[in-house]
Amino acid sequence: MFMFEKALTGSRRYWLWIACLLLVVLAGFLCYLRQLAQGLIITGLSRDITWGLYIAQFTFFVGIAASAVTVVLPYYLHDYKQFARITILGELLAVSAVTMSVLFIFVDLGQPTRILNVLLNPQPQSVMFWDMIALSGYFLINTVIAMGAINAGREHVSPPGWIKTLAIVSIPWAISIHTVTAFLYSGLPGRSYWLTAILAPRFLASAFSSGPALLIVLCVAMRKLTAFDVGREAIHKLAVIVTYATAINILFVLAEVFTAFYSEIPEHEQSFEYLFIGLNGDYHLVPWMWISFLLSLIALTILLVPRWRTEIHLLVMACLCIFFSIWLDKGLGLIIGGFVPSPLGTITRYTPTLPEWTIVLGIWAMGALMTTAFYKVTLSIWKES
Amino acid sequence: MSDRPFILGGLIVFVAFVTTPVWRDVSTRRIALVAPEIKLPAQEKHCVAPISYMRTSHMQLLDEWREDVVRDQQRQYVAYDGKVYDKSLTRTCLGCHGSRGEFCDRCHSYSGVSTLNCWSCHNDSPLAARSVR
Amino acid sequence: MKITRKQFLRLSGLSVIAVAAKKLLRTRTASGANSEGEKAVRWGMAIDLQKCRQKEGCNGCIKACHSAHNVPQFADRAHEVKWIWKQPFEEVFPFAQTQYTREIFAGSPVLLMCNHCDDPPCQDVCPVGATWRRDDGVVTVDFHRCIGCRYCMAACPYGSRSFNWQDPRPAITTVNADFPTRTKGVVEKCNFCEERLAKKLAPACVEACEEKALLFGDLEQPDSEIRKVLRSRFAVQRKPELGTGPSVYYLI
Repeated sequence: MFMFEKALTGSRRYWLWIACLLLVVLAGFLCYLRQLAQGLIITGLSRDITWGLYIAQFTFFVGIAASAVTVVLPYYLHDYKQFARITILGELLAVSAVTMSVLFIFVDLGQPTRILNVLLNPQPQSVMFWDMIALSGYFLINTVIAMGAINAGREHVSPPGWIKTLAIVSIPWAISIHTVTAFLYSGLPGRSYWLTAILAPRFLASAFSSGPALLIVLCVAMRKLTAFDVGREAIHKLAVIVTYATAINILFVLAEVFTAFYSEIPEHEQSFEYLFIGLNGDYHLVPWMWISFLLSLIALTILLVPRWRTEIHLLVMACLCIFFSIWLDKGLGLIIGGFVPSPLGTITRYTPTLPEWTIVLGIWAMGALMTTAFYKVTLSIWKES
Repeated sequence: MSDRPFILGGLIVFVAFVTTPVWRDVSTRRIALVAPEIKLPAQEKHCVAPISYMRTSHMQLLDEWREDVVRDQQRQYVAYDGKVYDKSLTRTCLGCHGSRGEFCDRCHSYSGVSTLNCWSCHNDSPLAARSVR
Repeated sequence: MKITRKQFLRLSGLSVIAVAAKKLLRTRTASGANSEGEKAVRWGMAIDLQKCRQKEGCNGCIKACHSAHNVPQFADRAHEVKWIWKQPFEEVFPFAQTQYTREIFAGSPVLLMCNHCDDPPCQDVCPVGATWRRDDGVVTVDFHRCIGCRYCMAACPYGSRSFNWQDPRPAITTVNADFPTRTKGVVEKCNFCEERLAKKLAPACVEACEEKALLFGDLEQPDSEIRKVLRSRFAVQRKPELGTGPSVYYLI
């Protein structure tokens, strides 16, 4: 049923890649053991900035997970046959991404052995409770759909009808996981950078921009490294989706900037000032936020011109640009911007420490490991048929 | 068969693993099994509940006390003999039983039963305020 | 006797509903009986900043609280744990003054602690129910249940909460044997000295204040000292526009 044995055969290059990933996972795990022993003091977090890289990465990868809907919706709801091969890759990427998100939450906890308290003492008024339900459900749905599709492929039959039903269910579910993640932030009265209705739409737009971008890059990589080709049509249709999502995301960002700076309400302006101009002598995030913005403009420019968007090298470059841009914005700027200035107006500098980065890299490697194994299984099944 | 070394090797590892309890037991030095001696309080003859109950269910009692004090602010415990106690691990339990080393740890170490980590927060010997620095 | 499936199901359904209703009724009336018919209490504090300003560098309340509750003292500001502290007026009430009115209280200290809100955002967000507002108004933390996710710290609009980034015990100078410490990985904050309130004592900070600047009492009782002073002097609160309903008032 799981066909893991298919992921255990491969070329020398494949095993070298797996070995490297395992080493990184090991390094991350050892750093995590140190964090368990000493506490979260080994990170760069502080009393004023209580969430940092871990939670930012969680947010970012929930977005990647939600972006599976950009391939599932056209294929299952609108019978867009061109997405036949890419849909399974999108669903498997979603499984890895959700796993990474949950791992990021886990390593952020101060008392991880008590995590079952979330199930033993459920609190329906807490958005985090619903986030756990949404993420667990999404993991299960996508795992079942992916397994069903792969098993059907191996048996050379079309997938059973209930797979399609589950896939349809996964569409609003995907939207909900990222909306509920946005609601974690956008309902907090004391954090003006997050207290905006557009946060959930912004999350969705940036997710549908960065997720398919990653998928495109992975598909091009698959094409280069193996014989598995999702098809020119699929990649270029997905590129169009990335284009629209990127444009909408930039519009949302500019809308936020307008409200903050036209109203000139100090509380609303301050976080934007901190991130893009600097505040009280702290400028360390400013270059990164501007790089993020510039990268998104470069990406949008390439994507808007059909001649450039259809040229595969430029497309990959645009996808990498938008992925990195949104990673900087969501995986770094969003969280820190919410905490600075603090409720008492202090500007605290947050710099992730080396152990913190190592744990993050370990979880990235874990995600890459899962994705590699999943794609290897898919490739093997496809080769046999 | 090119798999023969793997199969044999795997089989050896498995057998060694599965018979671990046997050869570990054989190789361990014999020690005299003496029931743990716990320090009983000098004055009090009765605990907050009958000893047989405490032996089987002191964990549940402590859980209930915790929930009662923290969640419901019910700090008074009326014992089976009518006596009223303060629901406190350090003040009431250790007030009679001395310290964790003299009492709790004796049985827990002997039987190898781990507990929730009470003592990383609660004071495990109530007799004096310790100066740490 | 012959009974159809439909009849059987109907009968079973009604029986289940009847039993459940009886149980529900019983628990409802039981909890009512246990409340002892006491009138609702709401603990609150009024901090007289005029009296608080009298002695420069005064921190008797802070010392009393932190030593009574085994609050660790970390020199590193980034990882400090504090239940009660002081900050300059312009940082606590940044929009209360303009460039022309700033001088009067510039730099003058304001005592800060958990506001024990009526509608605390921290209670709303806690995924395990480790922090909640009690019936008497005290917002409390269950250190046994806290998983250290720090969502409550993100939600608190006042920055009242601290996290134990490391084991606090090495940083406790003198341990109060009568109160537990906390462990690494949990969040803590002012608890309005609920363990002292249980013994009908005033909070440690209130008792320690030599200037008698801290007034603690029942906000629900119209003739309590705190209500009297709130009727006679103008009081402000921190960020009232957020709708949290703090129980801490500042008499400027």
